[in-house]
Amino acid sequence: MQSEKYSADLKEIRSMMDRSTRFLSLSGLSGVMAGIYALIGAYLAHQIIQDARNSMNYTYGFEDVLARNIGESPIQQLLVIAVVVLILALVTAYILTKRKAQKTKQNIWGKQTLRLAGSFITPLLVGGLFTLSLLQYELLGLVAPAMLIFYGLACIHASKYTLGTVKYLGWTCALLGLINTQFIGYGLYFWAAGFGISHIIYGAIMYNKYDRKSQYPLNHYT
Amino acid sequence: MSIIANLNKAFENRIRLGIMSVLMVNDFADFKELRELLEVTDGNLASHSKALEKENYITVEKSFIDRKPNTKYRVTDTGRKAFKEHITALEKLMK
Repeated sequence: MQSEKYSADLKEIRSMMDRSTRFLSLSGLSGVMAGIYALIGAYLAHQIIQDARNSMNYTYGFEDVLARNIGESPIQQLLVIAVVVLILALVTAYILTKRKAQKTKQNIWGKQTLRLAGSFITPLLVGGLFTLSLLQYELLGLVAPAMLIFYGLACIHASKYTLGTVKYLGWTCALLGLINTQFIGYGLYFWAAGFGISHIIYGAIMYNKYDRKSQYPLNHYT
Repeated sequence: MSIIANLNKAFENRIRLGIMSVLMVNDFADFKELRELLEVTDGNLASHSKALEKENYITVEKSFIDRKPNTKYRVTDTGRKAFKEHITALEKLMK
């Protein structure tokens, strides 16, 4: 049938346009792992805040406790946890993605990767600096919302250069961040929901949709 | 029959179709990138890109980067228009 050739041609066009612009080897499993690290990190942070609160007989939100301790140990411990979670997540993502890229024969350092990295890092860097200035002025209640919102925007921005599911992860994080602004003092819970639970959920969705198949499907990633 | 007439013979071949698809969504692509994306041999890619160049659908820029020859391909306005018409014709035929 001629129409089969036409449909195959259209599929080929779509596939080539996507393969040449999107980095499709992103591993869904690395999202799941990042979420698990974030949940462990959030749990440890919770313990540290509880300890600090107990030792101070404080009954306010954890941001108040932190505000009293700027420059002292609890906030430094929290920063260490955040950095360790980030590094673990990045290293895991690199290893798993590299493995997947070898399977799908996509070059891990191609133009697609650089475009993806650039579009992801730019909003993240601006947001990171903004978050530091929030810390500087001790506007601690806005730290978690700012992290979630800028991370979400980075995902939305980068999603056109990788698997489409990343866009929904971005929207989820950004919305959680916005809701968090109305519930100041619960930042850690929103942080755990955004960086922990939604990464596990969307990572699992991506894993199911793309990773388990030996070859990624031609028209399933938008 | 008239819709089939809108199909462009120059894009009938799978490799040419691939070259055009890549160039439509990228500012440019070099020889190596195209070869990897399309999974074709050097000779195949060279002859099909030459055919598209002859139709004035793509431009070929040759230069040297670190003394190594580098070939960059870009789509022309004519090529962009022709390929869009080809896609439209394909989509109509699918309906």
